Amino acid sequence: MRFDGKSWKFGDHINTDLILPGPVMLMPYDEQPQYAFHANRPGWAAEVSQGDIIVGGQNFGTGSGRPAARSLKELGITCIIAESINGLFFRNCANYGVFALECPGISKFIEEGDEIEVEFGQFTVRNKRTGEVLQGTHFPEMVLEVMRAGGIYPMMEAKGLLEEPNPETA
Amino acid sequence: MGMTMVEKILARSAGLENVSPGDVITVDVGTAVVIDQNFMHNRMREPKQVFDPDKIVIMLDHIAPADSPMRASMHKAARRFADKHGITRFHDVNNGLGICHQLVADFGYALPGTLLACVDSHTCSAGAFNCAARGIGHPEMSQVCATGQTWFPVCETIRYTLTGTLAPAMNGKDIILHIGNTYGEHAMHNVEFVGEGVSGMSMNARRTLATMCAEISVEFAVFEADDRCIAHIRERNPDAEFEAQFADPDAVYAAERTVDLGAIEPLVAYPGTIVANARPVKDADQDHIDQAFIGSCANGTLDDFEIAAKVVKGRKIARGTRFIVTPGSQAIFLEAMRRGYVQTLMEAGAVVTNSTCGACCGYSNGILAPGEKCVTASTRNFKGRMGSPEAEIFLASPATVAATAIRGTLTDPREFL
Repeated sequence: MRFDGKSWKFGDHINTDLILPGPVMLMPYDEQPQYAFHANRPGWAAEVSQGDIIVGGQNFGTGSGRPAARSLKELGITCIIAESINGLFFRNCANYGVFALECPGISKFIEEGDEIEVEFGQFTVRNKRTGEVLQGTHFPEMVLEVMRAGGIYPMMEAKGLLEEPNPETA
Repeated sequence: MGMTMVEKILARSAGLENVSPGDVITVDVGTAVVIDQNFMHNRMREPKQVFDPDKIVIMLDHIAPADSPMRASMHKAARRFADKHGITRFHDVNNGLGICHQLVADFGYALPGTLLACVDSHTCSAGAFNCAARGIGHPEMSQVCATGQTWFPVCETIRYTLTGTLAPAMNGKDIILHIGNTYGEHAMHNVEFVGEGVSGMSMNARRTLATMCAEISVEFAVFEADDRCIAHIRERNPDAEFEAQFADPDAVYAAERTVDLGAIEPLVAYPGTIVANARPVKDADQDHIDQAFIGSCANGTLDDFEIAAKVVKGRKIARGTRFIVTPGSQAIFLEAMRRGYVQTLMEAGAVVTNSTCGACCGYSNGILAPGEKCVTASTRNFKGRMGSPEAEIFLASPATVAATAIRGTLTDPREFL
């Protein structure tokens, strides 16, 4: 699995409340993604395009179990690479079919706006501007399979395990 | 090679003799805790069948009672889900209402040596009962309800031996602020708490500390089960079968640290995070505090009501400061009334609310305006957590919050006790 995209850089300890603030969760579901990073990077959600890639620092996505990864996916983010990724956020990336990779050294390896190529067979990141390649941290096939399927729901749907979504609570 | 407490619980849940850091394992979930948030915007798609209705509990907590037709439908969907699948451990909007982690503790749902999952990140709270408990995502909870299984990475463990006794004004909150200040974040690590310092802590105090481990990004936080822990569960869930797990003598740790509880002083975390961001309350800036809040899964216990009432008894809150207190459950509310704590707090000027997650997650009962400063004995002080991103959230113990409500600026509670 390979992704090409433009990078957006974020710092250390980016938390879930910045991606999906509590009060925003009470708004209609479809409107929530546009508030991603509203507090720390106003206007970002309008600039991001389908296929863009987030490059984060340490402990990216720390905080809550809320569907913050889903907001980023809705905005077009296919892939998140960070120095380290919070355990619960990494699970949620898999859950919603967002490819996520821990890659120590990535903050210095990428400058904002660099076009990058992420290869999930080898778990590597290539900076197209410099031509250099950085090795990320491997994770098991079992998790990669969930990401490839587009998350847990498509897998459960294929097995006929799910009811139709309830329109009253959509 | 021996295993740590967390490794032993994970191995048992996976049906394996042994697990080691680096393994990724499929586990059977002992208790699945479903909450109102699962039904909001269909975050948790409903499975056609559940794996075992007796291993699922349902609680309405984040927005309860409902505050809008949308949230009323969310509660309605939860009730229908419980009825349809025969889930009897259902906490509706009645005298069984409460914040999920508080109820898990108070009803003895968290069992030693077992695994518990819920979509809330403070699920590690149940670690106080020697239960490996963790927040997972909403789609995973759908999968857990359908199959009873999920996956976990086995991470390295850091062992904390607690010694000494916490002074009366201090709380599990001060311990976590001390640990966060001294050792920083614990991402991709488990922690376990042992030692005579643990024996001296009430189950409420242990649970505050376990709950707050989410804020230093711990995977699993587990306490050793002692007589007090076992008695707590037996009293509330007499028929439950469980087997507490202890670390092997030759277990391997990423680090072993000792914390002297007697040396800890009241701390306050400055806005943003509790990681390396706290200072002694006595040295804190003396700006006006607009709101003081006590509540949440971390500090809505009877212990917290008791200490807050003690601090404010016979005093009045400062002009221009709001003091909001939210119990962890309606049962705690009732008992705090019986003991006179609610009356004392209200006479001082506090607003005591119904039990819900409320102000802690910025949903209700104390939302902050731009430019306001709040001191909170809840779980989290991220930017924008309790309302406006331009508000500032300081995080401290219930005693510190109560003393601050009286003075109107950050105040060391020891002078009031």
